[in-house]
Amino acid sequence: MSRYTAVTDDDLREMLATIGVGSVDELFADVPSALRLEGPLALEEGLSEQEVYGELQRLANRNVSAEDEITFLGAGMYDSYVPALVDAIITRSEFLTPYTPYQPEVSQGGLQAMFEYQTAISELTGLPVSNASVYEGPSAVAAAGYVAKLHNGAKRFVVSGGVHPHAIETLITLARGWEMDVEVIDLVGGVTDLSGVEFGEDVSAVVLQQPNFLGAVERLDPLVQTAHDAGALVICNADPISLGLLQAPGAQGVDIVVGEGQTLGNRLDFGGPSFGFFAVTDELVRRLPGRIAGQTHDLDGRLGYVLTLQTREQHIRREKATSNICTAQALNALAGIVYLSWLGRRGLVELAELITQRTAYARERLDALTGVALSHKQPVVREFPIRIFGDVDRVIAHCLANGINPGYRISDNELLVAITERRTRADIDRLVDTIEEALR
Amino acid sequence: MSTSVQQRARSFIEAADDELTIFDRSKAGRRAFVPPALDVPERPLDELIPAELRRPEPARLPEVSEPEIVRHYNRLSKRNFDLDTGFYPLGSCTMKHNPKLHERVAALPGHARLHPLQRPEAAQGALELMWRLQYALGEISGLPHVSLQPSAGSHGELAGVLLTRAYHEDRGEHRTKILTPDTAHGTNPATVTMAGYELVKIGTDAYGNVDVEDLRAKATEDVACLMLTNPSTLGLFEPQIEEIARIVHSVGATLYYDGANLNAIMGICRPGDMGFDIVHFNLHKSFTQPHGGGGPGAGPIAVSNRIEPFLPRPQVVRRADTGVREGTDSYELDYDRPKSIGRLRGFQGNYGVFVRSYAYICSLGASGLREVSEVAVLNANYLLARLREEGVLEHLPVAYERLCMHEFVLSGAPMKRELGIRTLDLAKRLLDHGVHPPTVYFPLLVEEALLIEPTETETRETLDRFAALIAEILREAAEDPEIARGAPYATPVRRLDEAGAARRPVVRQEL
Repeated sequence: MSRYTAVTDDDLREMLATIGVGSVDELFADVPSALRLEGPLALEEGLSEQEVYGELQRLANRNVSAEDEITFLGAGMYDSYVPALVDAIITRSEFLTPYTPYQPEVSQGGLQAMFEYQTAISELTGLPVSNASVYEGPSAVAAAGYVAKLHNGAKRFVVSGGVHPHAIETLITLARGWEMDVEVIDLVGGVTDLSGVEFGEDVSAVVLQQPNFLGAVERLDPLVQTAHDAGALVICNADPISLGLLQAPGAQGVDIVVGEGQTLGNRLDFGGPSFGFFAVTDELVRRLPGRIAGQTHDLDGRLGYVLTLQTREQHIRREKATSNICTAQALNALAGIVYLSWLGRRGLVELAELITQRTAYARERLDALTGVALSHKQPVVREFPIRIFGDVDRVIAHCLANGINPGYRISDNELLVAITERRTRADIDRLVDTIEEALR
Repeated sequence: MSTSVQQRARSFIEAADDELTIFDRSKAGRRAFVPPALDVPERPLDELIPAELRRPEPARLPEVSEPEIVRHYNRLSKRNFDLDTGFYPLGSCTMKHNPKLHERVAALPGHARLHPLQRPEAAQGALELMWRLQYALGEISGLPHVSLQPSAGSHGELAGVLLTRAYHEDRGEHRTKILTPDTAHGTNPATVTMAGYELVKIGTDAYGNVDVEDLRAKATEDVACLMLTNPSTLGLFEPQIEEIARIVHSVGATLYYDGANLNAIMGICRPGDMGFDIVHFNLHKSFTQPHGGGGPGAGPIAVSNRIEPFLPRPQVVRRADTGVREGTDSYELDYDRPKSIGRLRGFQGNYGVFVRSYAYICSLGASGLREVSEVAVLNANYLLARLREEGVLEHLPVAYERLCMHEFVLSGAPMKRELGIRTLDLAKRLLDHGVHPPTVYFPLLVEEALLIEPTETETRETLDRFAALIAEILREAAEDPEIARGAPYATPVRRLDEAGAARRPVVRQEL
């Protein structure tokens, strides 16, 4: 008997007799004999629970996590604090172990949480309709590109060079199948400049990021204007914590706002699972990918929730669906709405302000160092690049030797430094002093 | 009768504020979060971010205390049915037990707080885990090259079709069509369209197998791929799979394996040996990642040698004998893959899911995995036999009268005619008995279909009770079909107006 099965020898005998076969092998009669494996798979034999725990702990110990060093790594995922109540709620069996809510009468908890999540994302993005989650940030950008393609059928994406490189790469991967071109526009002074772009009717969408990959807050209004004048949609990949402080992209005319939801109550997990959020204008509702929870009533007139607008989806529309997505990130999105409830209306602003203040402090102190310069001077919320005049690898190595991960190396002489609410002034001072030592 | 059941059931959780949302509970001034102290000199915000770039008003998130949040979501949780509480024979979804160990090991800080851009030397444990999982999935599938990047089965399918495109383009071939059987999961045809191909459907023969003659006729030189699930969504193994592979390969197309039903064949036979070129796995099905009410999952792919050059970037690779820390091997992310289709998402995939699936494979090992499939198939055939003994099949005949694999399909058509209740009614009545219904109305080619997958982690007693329960509901329907037609009664809400919800969508709360 393996770990999680329950067939005793007596069970087996009686079950085979009930079926009317002599052995388990006979149940596999349809498998051609040439295809049957003769011996066992070339895998180790099974282990006891405590041995498996030991193996997973051994592997965990070979990683240097944010628990082991002071990390200034960001670039899309951030070492933010996950409150205890998020863990307590998302590990409840009732949320952890059901399938997608195909039977709404016994899934009201999950469906209502989706509805609440959609409301919060709609508020953050400034757009009327959010779905219940997609996989994660960069693939959400590509999925938004597909919505644009379905909407206007034009053949070209104009993408700001400030969009996360993984999102650009993902869009390029998918756009090949749609026979669409992806044109990436270099940043000017750290922000997007569309003045050199030739706009014609062939532009399906302009893709932006707020704040952009180099941390700079973009002035979205004129960019949106330029795109809309050419008849293109605007897609914006946004950082949700920054949206606590920044103008909602939807309020600035952006048509599709997507983003990486990791910082909303999800852990780093070496890159996933987290969730992608996805919100659109009313005009684009019927092209949204993924699940959407909607409010309705039951036979007795009680308020309830169902998955709705399902005629967009693969299980109903098959080859005519607006996306192939099925399983998405419901549990991670639940963590997102619990986290946003925990922060609350004022808390999100306070958190974003705290991060902005500490980031400003770090930026100012680093800028004051001899041998360090700011790559751009645009306003930033939580992240900024610095240029190192000297051997950047020596600076990184010296920091690592002192228990500090100074940030993400974005070029031969640049580091992208991210500040989260977990990085205190003392941490920032150590970073600055250590870089100074390295450059001395 | 219905009224009393309804009242008894509701009294347990009902309260005056049952239907409130977290936004309804909001009251100005309440809070759960207290920000860490501002420990740096405060600058006027206008100096940092100009006012015109900022929100005029905060986003209207709820203002609630921590106890309210906990109580709200705990109360919501009680309005969910879940696998840890009851039988969940949802066909094609493999609702098997989710071992508790997995949540513990995934939460170890060395895994949970590892930044995805941590340099490889400082993420050796994660890369080793991914490499070992890749190896195991390669061995289980018989296809040696694995990418863990896709985030779910449908994402793996998209990867597989893009790989097919890249493979053919590399050979200078332009192909436009992809074949799927009419029994396919909806994700297959949706993927075909999303990847820019034209869908061509293949029929099913009288035994529930792929209609090989139809395939032969449609397998032309402009076909890029056949996407196949084996066992099929009818729960049947394709006995002619070798011939199918020959036909597909003879026109230069690839053969794609939808791994949704892999739970039936682990350690028994392998897609690679059957002739498949590309396989996706659903780690949230066969490999126990909890479904989370609709994710997260992960959809790794395994491919043959000829497809390998096109795998997504980056790939986790092992470099032997370089002497990193205690091990003699080191692991790296290989970006230098000139023929790669590129990225499918950010970073390296759903690593937290990999931790759980790797732990599962460590627990079971080679013989344990084989036993999983043996018992999954045993349980399905036993349940089918017990339903037969209970007389259920007289009204709900099995769609194809043969041994099934890990799941089987019944047709509710005679039940509808003879007893006046539909498959939907039977499903809703099951809810009153604390059992999640099987998948209903899929596969599409079986009228009033019920797709039943018990999985290997259910006891014989549970299967016996389920068979008896279905028989009881049919007897009840024979006496009074209105009971099932009005079901459920014991759930937090009764049948919901789905058509109305779609006609007048309310998808967010007005604040």
